Parts: sequence; structure tokens; C-alpha cells
Amino acid sequence: MIEAEGLTKFYGPLPAIRDVTFRVERGEVVGFLGPNGAGKSTTIRILTCYMPPTTGVARIEGLDCFEQSLAVRGRVGYLPENVPLYGELTVKGFLRFAAGAKGVEGKRVESEVRRVVGICGLESIAHRIIGHLSKGFRQRVGLAQALLNNPSVLVLDEPTIGLDPTQIIEIRRLIQELREEHTILLSSHILPEVAQICQRVLIINKGQIIATDTPANLTSQLQKSAQIQIQVRGQAEELASALESLSGVHKVSSAETDNKRFFVETDRSRDLRPEIARLVVDKGMDLLELKLVDLSLEDIFMQLVTEEPSQEDTPS
Amino acid sequence: MKGFVSVYRKELYSLFASPVFYAVAFTFLIIAGYFLYSAIVYFNLLSFQASQNPMMAKQMNIMEMVLRPFFFDLGIVLLLISPLLTMRLYAEERKTGTMELLFTYPLPDRSIVLAKFAAVVSAFSVIMVGTLPGIFLLNYLGNPTWKPILCGYLGVLLLGSSFMSLGIFTSSLTQNQIVAAVLSFGALLMLWVIGWAKSYAGATMGEVIDYLSVIKHFDSFSKGVLDSRDLLYYLIFTVFFLFLTLRQMTAYRWRG
Repeated sequence: MIEAEGLTKFYGPLPAIRDVTFRVERGEVVGFLGPNGAGKSTTIRILTCYMPPTTGVARIEGLDCFEQSLAVRGRVGYLPENVPLYGELTVKGFLRFAAGAKGVEGKRVESEVRRVVGICGLESIAHRIIGHLSKGFRQRVGLAQALLNNPSVLVLDEPTIGLDPTQIIEIRRLIQELREEHTILLSSHILPEVAQICQRVLIINKGQIIATDTPANLTSQLQKSAQIQIQVRGQAEELASALESLSGVHKVSSAETDNKRFFVETDRSRDLRPEIARLVVDKGMDLLELKLVDLSLEDIFMQLVTEEPSQEDTPS
Repeated sequence: MKGFVSVYRKELYSLFASPVFYAVAFTFLIIAGYFLYSAIVYFNLLSFQASQNPMMAKQMNIMEMVLRPFFFDLGIVLLLISPLLTMRLYAEERKTGTMELLFTYPLPDRSIVLAKFAAVVSAFSVIMVGTLPGIFLLNYLGNPTWKPILCGYLGVLLLGSSFMSLGIFTSSLTQNQIVAAVLSFGALLMLWVIGWAKSYAGATMGEVIDYLSVIKHFDSFSKGVLDSRDLLYYLIFTVFFLFLTLRQMTAYRWRG
């Protein structure tokens, strides 16, 4: 369980985050979203006891990150941004060091290292020097060290940044597998990723949490109208105006590259799909495709972070 | 002392994996060997003259004429090399960001400081072992007494530890290794020559300055005398800078 209450951190006179409050329940996977410089890493560094907050309280499993720092650090597995690693050590050597540093007893070190090497698929490179590894393998070594000593909470700062698509899929699969045993907070600015992996998202902008909910709820809350996409075959010239005359339809536009493809904006309160389908068929055309287009997390995100700050937020 | 052993082993590995250690060891041992060789050859020359002159023969003393200058020379070389051994300890971790790992593992700050210090002192001791063949050679050629020699080595080790505690502290101040080395070299040199100010500093101030001088306390060790006041000086020196390093760690955390 992760709790943040009114976290504020000043770097000199500049606040990096202001009054950040949220909770992550046990066993949840929560995505931490925000543009670069929004305060994601600062929040994460406070939660992992790298630095204390200026004001506010952070708790992991009920333990205070500042007062009981050592106990908290023993319960958190942390993958820092950019994955700093000791380049001169071998993968196994580094993991042995990390296991010892995390308080794994001497006898268990070997088996614990073997366990995380297995989970992260590092067998083939276990004896190589970390400095010679590719970015993807470094990332996995970073994840492996976070998993040592089986911490109940995992905090991953940008776990997939800089990886190629296959590696991203692999890391994602790994995180999916880990969700059963760990509470996971992962930060990212890649939105589809968060939508796929996380049950809940926290969106942070300019040092403040501006939204927190499941991706689905965020979508429905922010979506003012539903969009239905259709593709037809046949004489489609009059279709647009016919569609517009249906009650509940706000606007019809056709795709620029393909005049047989239409985007229909409708009321959210009613599902117009059956009526649209019937209309197309009645007009003597073939309906090739019909789907409800959801507002993507990207759209929500853009909507949220570009919104004008309300009066009280404006810095004086 | 949770995690001390892990960090100590990691630090030792990193030290021995870096070319800096070998360059430093090579230079140190070549120069140390040259000093010992010169001292022995000079002593040899004097011995020839002494064989003609019974008065002079009485004053011939291996400890005084070979080993004392040798230990002093080691001190000077130490001044040059100890900043090079300590400069990476924190600066590199700050530069590469591994500080973030170290700080988020369940390790008390003092374990980290002590483990780093112990590792660099161990590495230095390994280099010092490299000077022993020269001493064995001396033992084969002449008959020096062992206890003063051990005392001299203890002195070099204490001097080295003090230098390295200061080096760790300057390394914790910056993420640039060169800056760390320059700062620690400057501070050590200043502490080395501070005694010169004694002559014009006035009575009380002069004594304080004289006490601060890092090399003055080495004198008794190089003569083979174990003086508890000098022992205490080096211990306090070391503990003081390790403590400053610890405080600097806390400050670093707060600044983020």
C-alpha cells in the first residue's frame, strides 16, 4: 500500500510538486502519467526514500518514508529512471551486491539471484559486464535488482523508455506477471502502455495531481460525445446528409483519404449504432465496418494538461 | 552495520577493476623503490667511510639513515596518490546516478561511508604490501630492528587513512572526480605546510598551527616511536572527516 498526503517539495524557491495526495491499495497497478518535468520523478523519489519531502507525509505499507526510512526501503523495489547501474560489475556480481545490500542473508543470496535472473530472462548474459549490455538488457537488470528480496511494493520510473517495440512488449508482459504479488506504481509518458497495464491512472501536471481514475472512467467522464466510424461500399454521395438527419447525430464528416469512410458524432446518451446500420442498408449500400471510437487516453491527457488553470491554482 | 560487507566488497571490486588503481600502485611502488634504493646505496657509501673512522661508525644507524627518510618519502608520495584513490568514491556514484540505488537500498548512510573508507584503505594496504620486498632485502643486507619498522608502517597507514578520509569528504562534495582530487590535494598540501606559519604566528596560535600540521605527527612514527598523542591526532582527523562526509550525505539527500 502506498499513501501520499500533501507532499510538497521545493528545489530552492521552486516547487517541484505541490500538495500531492493519493493512495495505491495493495495489489493495485497504478500508472503515474504526466508530461516531462511534471514532478513524476520527484514524487517517486520521495516515496522510495531517496529524499525527504519539504512538507507532507509519504507512507509505504503504513510506515513513514522519513521516520522509518530503512524499514520502508526494505519493502520497496525501485527501478530508477535511466537505470543507473555499476558498469564495471558483471550482471551476477551486481545482483549479488544488491541482494546483500537489501539484506538477503548470505545463504539465500545465490538462490535469490537465480530467481530474479530467471524471472527477467537474464541467464544468457549473467556473466557479462553490465557496461557492455544493450539498453534492453540493462533495463531488465534494473528490474531484476528491484525484484530482489521480493518487496511488496514495486516503484518503476519509466520502465519502458528507450526500448524497441519487442522489448517494450516483453517488459510489459513481465509487469503483467508481477501484478499478482506486488503493488505496483509505474510512471510513464507513453499512454497506450498505461492504458494496457494499469487499473488506475494518476495524472500529474505542473506538480499537481489533476485526475485519478480508471482509464475507462476517465474516458467516459471527459468524452462529451461518442464517435462512430463506418465504412461503406456503393454510392455514398447522399449518405452524409442522410446520416445527419438522424436524431441524435451532431455531425458527420468523411475521411479525407477515403470518401467511403465516415465519422459520425452522436449523443452519448443513446447508442445509435443499430439505426445507422439500418440506414446504410436501406440506402442499398454494403456496410463493411461500424465501430464505436473511444476517446483514447491520449485525448484525455491532452485535454487535461492543456486545460486552463482555474483561479485558485494560478501562482501569485 | 547492515550491508557493510556487501558495499565493501562492491567497492573493492570497483577499485580493482579500474585502471586508476594500477596506475597509482605502479607509480607509488616505482618511486618508493627508488627512494629505498637511494637510501640504501647512500648508507652503503657512508658505511665504507665509517670503516675508516671509528667515531663515525658509532653513529651509523639503519633506522635513522635509511628507514626514516624512506617513510617520510612515502608520506610525500602518499600526498600525491591518495586523492587519486579516493576521488571516484562518491563523485562517480553521483555522476552515473547509482547514488539513487545506494540511497534507496536499506543501507544506513554510515555503513556506506565506512564501507567505502574501509575499501580504499584496504586497497592502499595492498599497495603498501608491495614495498615489503624492499624491507626484506634490507633485512638480508643489514640487520634492522623490526619493531620500529612496524611502527613506521603503522604511521604510514595512519597517515594514509587520514588523507583518504579527507579525500572521501571532498569526493562527496562534487560529481566531478577531478574537482574532488584537486580539492583534496589542495587541502592535504595546506595541512602539510601549515606548520611553516608557526614561526610568525605568535605563541598560542603558533602552537595550534603546529598541532594541526599533518606531517609533524608523523615524525615520531618514522623514528620508530609510538606516541599516543600522535596516534590520537590521526584517529581524530579520520573520524572528523568521515563524520563530515556523513553530514554531507544527509545534506545531499535534503537537497535532492
